[in-house]
Amino acid sequence: MAVPFFAAIGLAMRLDHGPIRSPADAARPGFVLRDEAAALGVRFVHQRPTFDPKIANIEPHVAALGASISVADFDGDGWPDLYFTNSRFGAPNALYRNRGNGTFEDVAAGAGLADLNRPGEGVSMGSVWGDIDNDGREDLLVYRYGFLALFRNVDGRRFEDITEASRLRRWVNSNGAIWFDYDRDGLLDLYVTAYFRSDIDLWHLETTRIMHSSFEFATNGGKNLLFRNVGGGKFEDVTDKMGVGSTRWTLAAASADFNEDGWADLYLANDYGPEELYLNERGRRFVLAKAGLESESKSGMTASLGDAFNRGRLDVFVTNISERGYLFQNNNLRLNQMPDAGRFRNVADAQVADAGWGWGAQFGDLNNDGTNELFVANGFISADSSNSYWYAMSKIAGANARMFDDAATWPAFGNASLSGYEPSRVFLSRGLAGWVDVASAVGVTDRYDGRAVALADLSNRGAVDVIVANQNQPAVVYRNRPDTANHWIAFSLVGTRSNRSAIGAEVVVEASGLKQRRVVDGGMGFASQNDRRLHFGVGRREWVDRVVIHWPSGHEQVLSHLAVDQFHTVREPSR
Amino acid sequence: MTHADLSEARTTVRWWDRGRRVDPRYLIAFLITLVLVVAQLRYHVVGGYDRLALALITCMATEALLSWFDRGKVVNLQSAYISGISLTLLVKPQGGALWPFALGAFLAIASKYVLRYRDNHLWNPTNFAIVALLLAAPNRVSVLSHQWGNDLATNLVIWTFGLVIAARVKVLHMTLTYVASFLVLNALRAVALGQPVMPELAPITGPMYQLFIFFMITDPRTVVRQRKWQYVVVVIIALTEALLRVASDQGWPLPIAFNAAPALAALWLVGPVAKWIDLRRSGQRTPAQAPLPGAPATMPQADRGSAQAAGAGR
Repeated sequence: MAVPFFAAIGLAMRLDHGPIRSPADAARPGFVLRDEAAALGVRFVHQRPTFDPKIANIEPHVAALGASISVADFDGDGWPDLYFTNSRFGAPNALYRNRGNGTFEDVAAGAGLADLNRPGEGVSMGSVWGDIDNDGREDLLVYRYGFLALFRNVDGRRFEDITEASRLRRWVNSNGAIWFDYDRDGLLDLYVTAYFRSDIDLWHLETTRIMHSSFEFATNGGKNLLFRNVGGGKFEDVTDKMGVGSTRWTLAAASADFNEDGWADLYLANDYGPEELYLNERGRRFVLAKAGLESESKSGMTASLGDAFNRGRLDVFVTNISERGYLFQNNNLRLNQMPDAGRFRNVADAQVADAGWGWGAQFGDLNNDGTNELFVANGFISADSSNSYWYAMSKIAGANARMFDDAATWPAFGNASLSGYEPSRVFLSRGLAGWVDVASAVGVTDRYDGRAVALADLSNRGAVDVIVANQNQPAVVYRNRPDTANHWIAFSLVGTRSNRSAIGAEVVVEASGLKQRRVVDGGMGFASQNDRRLHFGVGRREWVDRVVIHWPSGHEQVLSHLAVDQFHTVREPSR
Repeated sequence: MTHADLSEARTTVRWWDRGRRVDPRYLIAFLITLVLVVAQLRYHVVGGYDRLALALITCMATEALLSWFDRGKVVNLQSAYISGISLTLLVKPQGGALWPFALGAFLAIASKYVLRYRDNHLWNPTNFAIVALLLAAPNRVSVLSHQWGNDLATNLVIWTFGLVIAARVKVLHMTLTYVASFLVLNALRAVALGQPVMPELAPITGPMYQLFIFFMITDPRTVVRQRKWQYVVVVIIALTEALLRVASDQGWPLPIAFNAAPALAALWLVGPVAKWIDLRRSGQRTPAQAPLPGAPATMPQADRGSAQAAGAGR
């Protein structure tokens, strides 16, 4: 009896090092990533906020968000530009204009988008671009721990603060917002997620009882808000009318037509709670769906959409927390089975399930082989690497809620790290063999506290680059060099009946056995927004058979036999 | 007191008497099942019924096989059932891995047949398996560190049933001694280290501790026999846990199991030593401690010393 007993212990020790037979091949990923931020002229360093001294004991925890990145061609010159937010009073946000020659320049101050972190106004947590008035210029919403701020793009160089006039001047402790057109009227509406309650001013606390009421099923967060664009640059609050005022500490939102009924739905990743899917009932109201999400409560931190297995559907990746010995919440890779089964199925396993303390993530075809890779930023707080807060966290995390909903009762953070210095993950799909992390093999070696990830072809050369905003640390720009033997095709969509940014448009590319769907996002991932242009790798295929565009207006457009290795600008048929 | 009150009181007494006649093992099995059902219905803690099925089947199959191999007959499988449920509730694997449930279940039951002294097993099976997994595979296994909604109502349900059943099977003194020791020692520790007291007392309000104080520390098969020594051993376990916490406070490089689950680790370290000393001192098997791991105890013994009958090596 002793032999199998001790053999079982030995087997457990062996399995601790990974599967006995590696399920997926990490060799030949087909692309290389190099951080060239400095060479590009992107020298942004995020600075974290400081708050009321009453919560000094856990300030590193509360102040651990705010680094964000959003991409848009704000000046209409055909080159994607970058906007980073900062989070300390007086620290400027940065708008990096893409000069088109491989360098960027920070033009935020001149554009009126730098000085947004001020006492009484709040500090920036992120931003999303969208053409709210369909004038062909991308406008900008900045969400803060503080007042929302909306800026109209005046002439592609200067921005005008129209927050008050647009009726959006609301104090929201927000970590996310997305543009989408839920009522298909051709005007972009706005969904703002709230984290801390909106009656809390983190610099002038009346109480320290501001934390979550449960680590798993908390509903005492801020109330998310839905604003309908009524035209003329004005918005109205329709949160209650539409039934989307979740108070579940939402960290990320994303929108797509998950059930393929022609109306944009809403997916929320919530901290301290289960994810939520709100199905759009023809623009009249949203209904919280029972889609298999409610049974798993974790710490959702990103809502990233992508066609994970080339099924022609948008699946959802949500990051969570994993820390050896303490907690394996495991990430969620939810296969979209909404159109036929009315639910999502979590298929995350092995490597893709554990990315440490994961934050932002994006699907993108980094090697242009026709299948998506998955870039995941991670790491929460990197301070004294020899002092972990996990042990302190374990004391209260399982305790009764009254032990931790008061920030004052948390163990002091000091200079401890909490899942710090984690390496980013780059997951490569090997089909049925699963996902394999190739980060170090492709050159992703930073150990910053990654927050927001955005993808953009910064040089218009058919390669998806990766931009990562890191908390209290420098941003990185990973320039991508994919296998040149593979082909690609990209689409720049212009809405006419739909919103001009074409946000919400979904494109399905079919090319000899390949079928893949992407969506033009109005904010996706964590505190991030990708390039509006949709990039598809097609491998060795030299043409694309068919392209179907599902416009937000409900119109479906079919294109055939498009050439590869080029951008296609597609204008929505006017009728 | 009104007539109705008297009638109600008599009804309660009748239920209590009826409860006293129930084999205590069923009460323990009932409690762990109640914990599982409440936790699953309210908080979906199981994380997949395949885990539950695998842990239960492996525990019961291992028990049946090893008892037959060891003694020529299959023993009562109730303790294996309790171990299977406890493992399902406490083990959290990386990703969708199922092997920790299979290996953990096997280790739990097999430990009763392999790690023995004078025909008695030394470790609580579930405690042994969980700490062994945490020591052997910390990159793949974690213990439940926050679960069940941090909800007072759920705590109250489990504490109420737990205390009633612990009283019924006569292990309440161990439960209460541990709770008192935990509170005193950790308050002292907090004061000595200049830390706030509340976070140090917070863990005992969590689900891991509920399972620990109602199902592990009171396991009649692995506790020492005499009541006075039971008090002493429980205090030593609480003291060891406090010392492990001091070491964690100071950032000593302990195995992750000792940081993440100090209570489980303390029992894992102290329990078998105490049991070994107890057995060595006694120099013989005791009637109350049946010779077969997992073997059923007889009802007369249950009446005399329900605690011994109830555990059956869970």
